[in-house]
Amino acid sequence: MTSFAPSSAISPAHAAQHPKLAPLTNIDVERIRNDFPVLHQTVNGHPLVYLDSGATSQNPISVMEAEQEYYEQRNAAVHRGAHTLAVEATEGFEAARDKVAAFVGAETDEIVWTSNATEAINLLAYSFSNASLGLGGPAARRFSLGAGDEIVVTEMEHHANLIPWQQLAQRTGATLRFIPVLDDGSLDLLAAADIVGQHTKLLAFTHGSNVTGTINPVADLVALARKVGALVVLDACQTVPHLPVDVKALDVDFAVFSGHKMLGPTGIGALYGRAELLADMPPFLTGGSMITTVDMHTAEFLAPPQRFEAGTQRISQAIALAAAVDYLSETGMDRVAAWEAQLGQRLVAGVAEISGVRLLGPGLGVERLGLAAVDVAGVHAHDVGQFLDDAGIAVRVGHHCAQPLHRRLGVTASTRASTYLYNTTDEVDLFLATLAEVAPFFGVKP
Amino acid sequence: MSDLQQLYQTIILEHAKARHGAVDLTPLADAIAIGTASGLRVAESHQINTTCGDEVTLRVSIDAETVTDLVWTGEGCSISQASASILTDTLRGLSTTEARALLDNFREMLRSRGKIEPDEQVLGDAAAFGGVSRYPARVKCAMLPWVAFEAALIDAESR
Repeated sequence: MTSFAPSSAISPAHAAQHPKLAPLTNIDVERIRNDFPVLHQTVNGHPLVYLDSGATSQNPISVMEAEQEYYEQRNAAVHRGAHTLAVEATEGFEAARDKVAAFVGAETDEIVWTSNATEAINLLAYSFSNASLGLGGPAARRFSLGAGDEIVVTEMEHHANLIPWQQLAQRTGATLRFIPVLDDGSLDLLAAADIVGQHTKLLAFTHGSNVTGTINPVADLVALARKVGALVVLDACQTVPHLPVDVKALDVDFAVFSGHKMLGPTGIGALYGRAELLADMPPFLTGGSMITTVDMHTAEFLAPPQRFEAGTQRISQAIALAAAVDYLSETGMDRVAAWEAQLGQRLVAGVAEISGVRLLGPGLGVERLGLAAVDVAGVHAHDVGQFLDDAGIAVRVGHHCAQPLHRRLGVTASTRASTYLYNTTDEVDLFLATLAEVAPFFGVKP
Repeated sequence: MSDLQQLYQTIILEHAKARHGAVDLTPLADAIAIGTASGLRVAESHQINTTCGDEVTLRVSIDAETVTDLVWTGEGCSISQASASILTDTLRGLSTTEARALLDNFREMLRSRGKIEPDEQVLGDAAAFGGVSRYPARVKCAMLPWVAFEAALIDAESR
């Protein structure tokens, strides 16, 4: 197996964005922080240290202004009505699609707006479910599942990339299988080669783990799927915001991501699908704005992406997400990735020096996302989080919507610090210093 | 005392480690059968805090009017574990009426966002959870075993 380096996924567009810009430093990050008003506050008497961007990121002023400007100047329903505001709203909405598509290396019509990544995965699962019932005609048969067919996921999935497939298997009679996780948090690729086989119709996996920070070898997994003609669904929630991602270079069939994790607002996400696949898929949600002709018994559907966008859309959110993409592109995703890789390694190195604290996932020097989930021996994650919050440090505690992965790693819950382009090395150091005080406070001998 | 020390009072941290009443629960059907043989009604309730995954299974034994025994198993944060431990110490031996009154008092105090000072005369050691009421996100942790007690008691009484 070849090891995966994210550079292989860097699109020419991303790589060429900022040939002249030097790597980010703390000085640049301080400047970036000025664009994020929410970061400048005290929490429990301490300056806020926001280390929960893996759950949701903060918005720069430009994103909030884009949303406000839309409501102040252009608010109207899109793709209907001929008045000036409706035209301007539609143009803004579709320009946002162009921008987000270019950001991930997709064609415009290959991006379907959803409420979030969870809805995007459910869209796929229900479209395939409908295809299995015969909807969409002969063209949709390639998405049809039944007894004897297999859906393969991994043991490290977020529940959003697990439960929709469990449910799809239950509805269609297909079997759900999973690629196990090794002790270091990576996928067992030897096992994967056996599991992905002639019965596999679908392989769904995460690009980067929201718990261990592991970055999966997409090329290796795609190769396994291609060999047996299975479709590939990539959960890119933790990578599109943090690494340069090019869905064409990754050669996946579908990818999903959420706006609120990439400096955008809540309520907007996207599904990428290869054009010829989307063209053959039956719709999930149905209703207004996704049809051509309707009579009392039947309806004809629009081409993608509108076929999958029933009802009034998330217009202001799409426009604000485009502003977020602008912000990231202007900063340079290669620089964002390099900065966060540095913060991730700093977290790993620091955790290794605290006795009684176990890091989940890859160790020092191994590529990972800019996050670290830890288990403090003898102290429950909820208590760890409370102690950190008292010092103004916001982290995520619990199972992070990945119960099977936590069970596999032998813990019920963990404490996760996740960084973004607005976090400084001082913040990481403060987190580490405070983490070291947890066990003594709770009277646990390391 | 800082807010954090108010939340994590020594008595709470001690109970979180001591875990009074925590046992490996025998099968419920066996416990019911043994209880019935000695005139006791036995029931249990399993509660999960979906926010953090904490869980507790609490088993109640009652005779005509008294809570004769309380045992539990579970895992979670120090607040939920200490709460289960203190609950068993506090409610064991009380009449079911007294136990319910104490539960109501405990819940009212926890939901007061720090406005109601815990009454140590009524609550005993459970008064230590007064600091929790200022942390709305942690009220569920402290309530978890008490909610299990409430459900199990209703079940036991119906047997």
